[in-house]
Amino acid sequence: MGFSSTVYNAIFKRTSTMALAVIVSAFAFERTFDLVTDSIFEKVNEGKLWKHIKDKYETEE
Amino acid sequence: MAATVGRICGVGLLKPNNLTTIGQISSYSTAKEWTRGKKALLGTLGIVAGGAGAVLVALDQSVKASDLELHPPKNIWSHSGIFSSLDHASVRRGFEVYKQVCAACHSLRFVAYRNLVGVTHTEAEAKAEAEEQMIEDGPNDEGNMFKRPGKLSDYFPSPYPNEEAARAANNGSYPPDLSYITAARHGAEDYIFALLTGYCDPPAGVVLREGQYYNPYFPGGAISMAQALYNETIEYNDGTPASASQLAKDVSTFLKWTAEPEHDDRKKMLIKVLGIFSFLLGITWYIKKVKFASLKSRKIEFRPKK
Repeated sequence: MGFSSTVYNAIFKRTSTMALAVIVSAFAFERTFDLVTDSIFEKVNEGKLWKHIKDKYETEE
Repeated sequence: MAATVGRICGVGLLKPNNLTTIGQISSYSTAKEWTRGKKALLGTLGIVAGGAGAVLVALDQSVKASDLELHPPKNIWSHSGIFSSLDHASVRRGFEVYKQVCAACHSLRFVAYRNLVGVTHTEAEAKAEAEEQMIEDGPNDEGNMFKRPGKLSDYFPSPYPNEEAARAANNGSYPPDLSYITAARHGAEDYIFALLTGYCDPPAGVVLREGQYYNPYFPGGAISMAQALYNETIEYNDGTPASASQLAKDVSTFLKWTAEPEHDDRKKMLIKVLGIFSFLLGITWYIKKVKFASLKSRKIEFRPKK
């Protein structure tokens, strides 16, 4: 039994597990995609964002 | 639809007519009975009127002097690139310039102190900024308006209570609200920068009335705002040398932020959109290939029964 048929039998065969897989993978994709694009944006704008200068103004509370 | 059209036109639509009745628009002409002389007269009249109109437009255009203004040069801002965010250190300095120079005449009605939090100031700093200002609030139990120190939720106080008061104090000119000024002027932040640094002596022949100054970037040239930014007009808290062009650049960046507070989010969203859509484009291309593979490689045969 190959990998694809194992995956099919374990996940995609039943609607319940299929729906669960869609929800979980959507969550995982969204998180990683946001992290990646945010890090690209911060890399491009290194030193310009509030995030990069705020430690100069924050005082310990 | 087709049934309705058929019912209105009747069977006439179905008859072949070799385009003789549909194509001949001249059968609707009213000029058929005109004599040769009348046609020539009307034709000449039309040409003369059209030519005269064209000459008038050409003469008018040749002496147009309404565009006597200097368009601001395009500067390379640190936020000019398609993925480039605003320089928040510059926005913070620009706020200092606004507060100490511009705020004397110009309001910033649509920006609240809470908007500064996480953009240019920490929450504690923004609270301190708000508390420096006395905000009119009320009415209290006795129906009177009263002054209280500002809170984070307060909008920036205006220097004048209304437009009439502003005009009365400024020689009849109204200092515009600066909240959306870069969105409201051609040239946006380039214009603000050029205007603030572009004051000069009026050229010969330009007469300025009292209280007016000459600025070639201002439409018409005569502006009621005096040059406000000079070297060392204010002192920056972060120690940046406060040259006039540095002050103008920082306040232009600040005003860019007030007009487009979503600027950074928008550019970050562009990265996400490009990512998602290139992914979707790839999927679309692949599915098209898969679906068309069987359609393009199939063969249809006709085999008559023997």
